[in-house]
Parts: sequence; C-alpha cells; structure tokens
Amino acid sequence: MIRAALAGNPNCGKTTLFNKLTGSSQRVGNWPGVTIDRKEGRIKGADAILVDLPGIYSLSPYSPEEIVSRDFLLDESPDVIVNIVDATNMERNLYLTSQILDVGIPTVVALNMMDAVRKDGGEIDTVKLSSALGCRVVGMSALKGEGIEELIAAITEAAASGKVPEPLRLSEAAEASASRISEVLRGKVPDGQIRWYSVKALERDPLALERTGDLEGEILHIVEEMEREMDDDSDSVVASDRYSAVSRAAASSTGKRGASKGRTTSDRIDRIVTDRWLGLPIFAGVMFLVYYISISTIGSWGTDWMNDVFFGEWIIPGMRAWLEGASVDPVLTAFIVDGLIAGFGAVIGFLPQMLVLFVLLVILEDCGYMARIAFVMDRVFRRFGLSGKSFIPVLIGTGCGVPGIMASRTIESERDRRITAMTTTFIPCSAKLPVIALIAGALFGGSALVALASYLVGIAAILMSGIILKKWKSLAGAPSEFIMELPAYHMPGAVTVFRSTLEKTWAFVRKAGTFILLACGLVWFLSTFSWNMVLVEDVNTSMLADMGRALSWMFVPLGWGGDWQFTVGTLTGLLAKENVVGTFGVLFGFSEVSEAGEEIWTMVAAMLTPIAGFSFLLFNLLCAPCFAAIGAMRRELGTWKATGAAVLYQCGLAYAVSLIVFQIGSLAIYGTFGVWTAVSLAVAALLVYLVVSNDPFRMSARRSGEVAC
Amino acid sequence: MGTLREVACGDTAKVMGISARGSMRKRIMDMGITKGCTVTVRRIAPLGDPMEVTVRGYELSLRKSEAESIEVE
Repeated sequence: MIRAALAGNPNCGKTTLFNKLTGSSQRVGNWPGVTIDRKEGRIKGADAILVDLPGIYSLSPYSPEEIVSRDFLLDESPDVIVNIVDATNMERNLYLTSQILDVGIPTVVALNMMDAVRKDGGEIDTVKLSSALGCRVVGMSALKGEGIEELIAAITEAAASGKVPEPLRLSEAAEASASRISEVLRGKVPDGQIRWYSVKALERDPLALERTGDLEGEILHIVEEMEREMDDDSDSVVASDRYSAVSRAAASSTGKRGASKGRTTSDRIDRIVTDRWLGLPIFAGVMFLVYYISISTIGSWGTDWMNDVFFGEWIIPGMRAWLEGASVDPVLTAFIVDGLIAGFGAVIGFLPQMLVLFVLLVILEDCGYMARIAFVMDRVFRRFGLSGKSFIPVLIGTGCGVPGIMASRTIESERDRRITAMTTTFIPCSAKLPVIALIAGALFGGSALVALASYLVGIAAILMSGIILKKWKSLAGAPSEFIMELPAYHMPGAVTVFRSTLEKTWAFVRKAGTFILLACGLVWFLSTFSWNMVLVEDVNTSMLADMGRALSWMFVPLGWGGDWQFTVGTLTGLLAKENVVGTFGVLFGFSEVSEAGEEIWTMVAAMLTPIAGFSFLLFNLLCAPCFAAIGAMRRELGTWKATGAAVLYQCGLAYAVSLIVFQIGSLAIYGTFGVWTAVSLAVAALLVYLVVSNDPFRMSARRSGEVAC
Repeated sequence: MGTLREVACGDTAKVMGISARGSMRKRIMDMGITKGCTVTVRRIAPLGDPMEVTVRGYELSLRKSEAESIEVE
C-alpha cells in the first residue's frame, strides 16, 4: 500500500483534486492537538492512501497548518508527495515546491489549471519544467477532470521507483554554508533529511535548530559567517534564493505568456467590490442576502418544517399513538417520545438551516469574496481582537447561534476563530426573542427599547470579550498578521460546493450530536421525574424544580433569586432558549402560553421590579447558550476543557453584567445601597481593568518565568 | 528610500529589505516579498486599511502597519 501526501497552497484547487482522486472513499479526522481537519482517502484505481495536508504557502514553523504538514512529512515519511501547483500563479506556488523538494521524498508536481492557462493563450512546457525542478510534472485540470489518470500513474511510478528529487540550488554562498552545516549534522538527523535540516538551520528555523541539540552554537557560527559575507540576514538570503530559483524554473518552461484574462477580470470586479464608496454597501447587501436566505426564508422554512411538521405532526404524535396503541408503559412512552425523539429533533431540526447556510458560505469562500470581506472589514474588527470575517458568525448568530458558531470555520487564524466561537452567542438569537418580548411586555409596556438594549449589550459583550480574551494565555500572543492572498475570482464548482457543505454539516452531527442528545435527555429526565422516580404531572414537583429552589439564592444579588421559578426557567433555557417562557407558563399554572407569554405578564410584573426583570433578561441572553450551541462550540474549540472554560466565561460575564445592572440600577432608581452594591462596583472596576490593562493576567511575567527555568 | 506604506496607489517600488521580526517577517518573505522584487500598490480598503498589492503576479493584502516594515525605493 502506497502512502501519499497531497500538499499545496490554499486556493489552488487542492480540495477539488482530492475529491477527484479519492472519490467517495474519504475519512475525516483531526490532526493531533489542533482543530484542523485531516482528510484521507483511497486513490481510485490504485493501491494507495492519500492524506490531504492543510493548504499552506510555506513549511515555516509558525502556523499550526504549517507545523502539522512538516511534522507529517518529516516524521511519518510518506512514500510520495503530490504537490499541486496553480499554473496561473507559478512563482508563489513553486516556492512551496522548492521546500518540499528538500524533504527527501519522491515528489510529483500536479500542474493544475492548465485549462485556464490555455484559455488565456499561454503555454507551459511540462517536460522543461520537469527537468528544471528535477521531478515529474503532470499538466492537468482538476475542475475539468483532465490528466487525472496520468497523475495517478505518475504517483504509483514515483512511489515504486523511490527516486528522491534533486533539491533546487540556492546561491553559491548559501549552498556553501548549507553543506558546511550538513557536515556538522551528519549522523545526527536521518540521512535523507539532512538537506532539509541544513537549509532550515541556515534560515535559523527554531524548530529545526531545536532538533540539532548541542550543535546549535556551531551551526549558528556558520550562519553568522555567511551573514557577514552577504551583509544580509540568512532567512532573507534563503527566501530570495528560493524565489530566484523557482522563477528561473518557471521562466524556462513558459512558452507564451497568456493574456491572464482571469486576473484582469478579477481586477475589474475588485475595482467595484472593494471600491471606497461601493465596497461597504455591497458588503452589506451580500450579508443581507446570506441572512435573508438562511435565516428569514429558505433556511428557516426547512427548519420550521422539520420541527413543526416532520417531528411535531408526524413523528412525535405518530410514535405516541403507536406506543399507546401497543399499550407500552407510559413512562417508557414518555421517555421515547419526549426525551429521545425530541432530543433527536434538537439535532436534526437544525440541519436544513445549516445546509442552506453552509452552501452560501462555501460559495462565498470558493468564489473568492470571503477574502474580500476580511479585506473590507479588517479595520473595524481587529481592534477587538477579532477577524474581519467575525462579522459573519455574529450576523448568522442573530438568527441562530448554532450555525453562527459553525460559520466561524472560515476564519484562518486559530486565535480569532476560537474567540469568535466563544462570543458569537452573546448576540440575541431568534429563540431568545420570546424572553425579550416577555420582559418588555410585562415590565416595560412593550417598549422596543428593551430589544434594542439587548442587541447593544450583546454587541458590547462580544467586543469587550474580544479585548479581554485576547490577553488570556492560550489566546494571547503576537497580534495575528494580516498578510493574506486575495485569490482571483472564479466560479465555484457544483461538486465541490456540494461536498464541502455535506462535510461541514456532517461534522456538526458527528461532533455535537451526541452531546446535544444526552444533555437534552438529562434535562428531560430531571424535569419529568420526582426524586422517588415517579412521573410528575407538572414541572413544579420535578427534580429540576427542586434544583431550581436549591440554586435560586445565587441569583438574589441579581434581583430575581427570590422566586425560584426564574431559576428553573433559566435551567430549562439550556435545552432551548424558547423554553424559558413556556416553562414559566407551566410553573405559573397555565397548561400553555402564547409565545411571548401574555397570560403571565401581570404575575411577572408582580414578582419583579423592572430593573430586576432587565437583569434576568440580560443573564439569560449572555449566560451559557442552549446545549445545541454548546455542542457546536465543542466542535470548534476541539476539547471539552476549552468548551467548559468558554461556558464558565459566558456565565461569569452574564453574572457580572446582571449584577452591575441590577445593583447600580437600584442605587440610581431607588437609592438602595448595600454590600452587593459595593461588590457590583468592584466587579465593574475589575471589568474596566481587564479591558484597559495591557496584561491583566500577568502573562508576560509568566512567560519570562518559563524562559528562566 | 522609504517604506511600502508610503507608496502611492498605482505606483511600483523595489523591495530593499524587511525590518519585521519573527513570524511576521517569515510570512512576508514566504508570500514572495523578498529583497529585490517589485511590488505594485493596487488599492486601499474602503476604511483606509489594509492595502492590496500585486507581487510576483498575484494579489496580496496586508495592513499598513505591516507595510511599514517593508523598506522600498
């Protein structure tokens, strides 16, 4: 069995090629330690497994994608590397090739997008390029399916021959120093990888130097000698040499230069899409369309149909009638229908919306507009430690937090992605609207200002959290740079869109489904049974109600802990936020209430002051989202530890904000001052400190401490 | 002699060196901005930052703070 690795730049058609080579035999997993998908599959018609490496520009040691790729190439030594190169953008693509050729593994270059080169009237001689690079080059088009068989044949041939390519030559001085370093390293690193380690050490690559152990001083001496001779830093010398070598190789094989119509068209589109005046309105228009299609129309029709008709009218009543007809035990019936099937519904009900959203996001990503969104919005978001692309998750989050969190996938920087996934649900989602309507209706005369304030608090919480979280250890570090390719626009391929959409949706079911199911089952169990395991008539006498009573003291400082019903409502909100109002209905003795709970307005008004009601609302908006959203967060954050920390942060912030609002509000309105007023002032001061201070968690002290020991 | 940040829209400049350090320095060079190559400034984002440049035949965007560490003439 041949083991092959597919490597290449982002935006060069790598996913399309991977799909063409492996067909439907794909398996998706994770690279160790990072939340990057690891895909592998069997190459059609060959006895070979192909591992898809993340899209990278270089084998430098800085981004997780690059580290994962180089570790795989060096430590797991695949039999052959398939390096996909965009023929319309040879120089930058071949820069990665020049590093791959150093690893000492048989390599085949798949020269993709030859159809686009021909269309522009250009010519590339693959035989000449092959001799310039010292490895086999196959001209092809993944999109059109050209040259696939030839590529597969070349892969098996290269693996069988085991012929290692000749590395591209750097300048005289760099080559001389590299060979001196390789003399030092001989016997210390595997023979086949000596070229790789010598050149990387010459570049002062920290990970490569780490593996040289006590030879580092000797090596750096050679490096410094060359730097003095060249009057330039060694990394700059090597990068320039690599680029000169690949541009020579590219020039030797290019017959006619094409008119590069693709680039001209792209430039024309960009002139409009990123225009000073039109750029922002166009962005707003595209965002509106995404929101309109996935949240207002098609997406929610699908999800509503799933929940109301498919589950609500067919599956649940049908199942209940069938079980009752078969005289199954009522407890078991309730468990199957209300616990199990409703739990499944919570997972599957989101799928139509998720599918629609992912189709749109994949199209935006694939056609090249997503990169422009980052370009246009970067200035606004980077102040808050977020990416320009963070806008999309937050916007989608106003509809539903689950697809919102999943939309953070499109952010490249791992740090920005994690912060976005942790903060997206602060924005009120559509399921929180009934809670807003209840509080506004019962306590504020239906004022629209309550909803406006909710959104403003949500946005403020996201931006503030961005500032605070980026100072925290696992999320801190140098500001992520924004040196990003703006790929040429092109029409997305239907198959790729279809596949990526299914992949992303399936990833949600796989990673979040089990958790959502179990958590929903647990809350159902707690709300349906009493302590002696008897099925209860209403929630009032359930275990959950007792837990609510036991916990409600915690919320006394927030102004709504006096009546346990509010605590129970908050707990059932973890199932789905729209449950909050329904639970109140049941707790206040109504079998069913309208969506905004008009029936219970007077009772709520009697129990809460307006400021306490607002505090209750804020807590429910900001605290841990529903289980489905927590499951989605788990998918994006990778570990339960990180997810737990995120939920704790959300609950902590919710508590702090509600405390401040209630206590300071009471002080301002009623002039009440007590211990908790002082505490809330201290908490407010702490929040301000976290936002303003450069290093509130003393991270720099800890970091330098680590270096010292 | 100045930095890429000061190059006007539509103008082309030759790179003389990169003053950034660490991962940013490596990233700038990996993306093809190396000593001796030419860079053309295409446009500035609607909000004034980042900027789009053409280098080695493709389009790259970078922040002005990053362009500041690229010495050109």
